[in-house]
Amino acid sequence: MPMPAAEIERLIKVALPDAEVEIIDLAGDDDHFSATVTSSAFTGKTKLKQHQLVYAALGGHMGGTLHALQLQTLTPKLES
Amino acid sequence: MSAQETIQQAVDSNDVVLFMKGTPKFPQCGFSSQVAQILGYIEVPYHSVNVLESDEIRNGIKEFSNWPTIPQLYVKGEFVGGCDIVREMFQSGELAALLSEQSIPFKEPTKV
Repeated sequence: MPMPAAEIERLIKVALPDAEVEIIDLAGDDDHFSATVTSSAFTGKTKLKQHQLVYAALGGHMGGTLHALQLQTLTPKLES
Repeated sequence: MSAQETIQQAVDSNDVVLFMKGTPKFPQCGFSSQVAQILGYIEVPYHSVNVLESDEIRNGIKEFSNWPTIPQLYVKGEFVGGCDIVREMFQSGELAALLSEQSIPFKEPTKV
């Protein structure tokens, strides 16, 4: 049972309120997405912990309802 | 032996372990295939576990690492990451650094 991009974005923003989320539907089937998530919550964390934060935001959906999510996590560029 | 004990034993008794769908020669999933290709390219010896052969392992590994998807790479008992992270580490040189740090033999990719 696929999951629409808007729902993925909503769930991520509930957990990471300052997150900027860019989602690309790779296969047009609401099941294979690529997402770039930028949030200050990632600052100082390993890539592994950053991705775990996003997966936690998606609750139990990842790997079940949502089959594939290619993930890139970024910290906001500090305006000088 | 429970799934958690089987997993623990696999990661304790092998320097590098890849839990994947299928086998390195016959991967059954694009993401698993990508990680197997990276490990093959840098010629690091590793033990692979085909999670499709056991539902207990397939689900147990997600609980073991608190990571919801397959593949999963372990180095010296430590969970390193899934496909995205291993690919990023490979491209940034972090994977080579980790293997060197853990004195695990591999072939340094030639800089083009």
